[in-house]
Amino acid sequence: MTPLSALLVRDMRIAIRVGGGALIGVLFFVVVVTLTPFAIGPDLALLKRIGPAILWLAALLASLLALDRLFASDHEDGSLDLILTGRAPLELVIAAKGLAHWLTTAVPLIVAAPLIGLLLNIEPPAQAGLVLTLLVGTPALTFIGIVGAAIAVTLRRGGLLLAIIVLPLTVPVLIFGVAAANAAVAGPAPFGTPFTVLCALTLASLVIGPFAAAAALRLDIE
Amino acid sequence: MRVNAVDLACRRGGRDVFAGVSFQLARGEALAVTGRNGAGKSSLLRIIGGFIRPAGGRLWLDGGDPELSIAEQAHYLGHQDAVKPSLSVAENLHFWTAFFGADARKVQDTLERVGLGAIAALPAAYLSAGQRRRLSIGRLLAVKRPIWLLDEPSSTLDAAGRDRLTDFMKSHLAGGGLILAATHGALGLSGTQELSLDQKIPLPVSGDNLGGGSEAKVGAVTP
Repeated sequence: MTPLSALLVRDMRIAIRVGGGALIGVLFFVVVVTLTPFAIGPDLALLKRIGPAILWLAALLASLLALDRLFASDHEDGSLDLILTGRAPLELVIAAKGLAHWLTTAVPLIVAAPLIGLLLNIEPPAQAGLVLTLLVGTPALTFIGIVGAAIAVTLRRGGLLLAIIVLPLTVPVLIFGVAAANAAVAGPAPFGTPFTVLCALTLASLVIGPFAAAAALRLDIE
Repeated sequence: MRVNAVDLACRRGGRDVFAGVSFQLARGEALAVTGRNGAGKSSLLRIIGGFIRPAGGRLWLDGGDPELSIAEQAHYLGHQDAVKPSLSVAENLHFWTAFFGADARKVQDTLERVGLGAIAALPAAYLSAGQRRRLSIGRLLAVKRPIWLLDEPSSTLDAAGRDRLTDFMKSHLAGGGLILAATHGALGLSGTQELSLDQKIPLPVSGDNLGGGSEAKVGAVTP
């Protein structure tokens, strides 16, 4: 087993065990989306119009929930020091941790999205497009989020600071994610243009996120 | 392989902790770092481990792998044991062994050596402080690295655990390893060099400062 796959397996194991936080994200997502039709009432046309935005907002907030523990728990128990003495580059270590976080928090949420979309009057043909936008867009949320997690690592209550740092940076992802999802659900705007931009945002965050987070962590440790 | 330090100085939170710390440590040698609380024992180990930058002085390695930093050839055993409570004892050690690129099949053997073989499947949340320390000592045995940086390694261990640790350190030194340990008690190793940080306080006192040229050094790096 290579160092990075060992780290990936460890982080996923911790996340899915008791107190790990993988379930928290998807439960939060399901609860928020479920409450929306109760708050808005049985206006099917309105639900369909705002459905993609609700799903995306819930996904954004759910992906932030467990993020503040991503490096903080490793910092508190001394694991982060040892990870730094490893021979794997810190940037790749961070990318592996980000991948583990995405697999354990975002993937369950993407799986739940079609089912929960029914409550927002999003029908099966449109669900495929919606799920595709979440599949492509949530890695960007995670990899923007890890920068905030790395900055807030030494703070006792870093969660709030994390949200304040991360949420403004996710605005482009939200705009193009919702635009693409709306196009898939309601039309008539083209799906391809916002979706392509969403792909570009994700690719950019996959590259920039680990480097920025590594720089922040190196400063934090001192 | 030899670790060299010349005139190392440390500054934490705007306070000068120590200055003028010099030592040389060759293969098979141990260095006991002593001093009162707050003298900078842990900080010295963290400087050597590369976690914090020294405020002055030089630190380098003769021999060893030139591609790797000192930290990448060292084991750091700090106050925190880096044990994940939701993983089992074996999973914890297995992770560090694999992460450091060593053969993970030796995990069970290593657990027997540190006296945790019988509880390999137990979640680490149920371990006592001494057992957690034994588990992190297992990391030093499972992964071969020449330099051991030990920060009060025996603080939570029982008498049997201390004896085992002394044996591990002896065989590490016999195998050509280096040990730097911050300690209040004796290490139990013969021929240990001692470095006391109590005399390395960078006070601006003229005359009897045993830190040698430390004043000039500190003055040069203070912004």
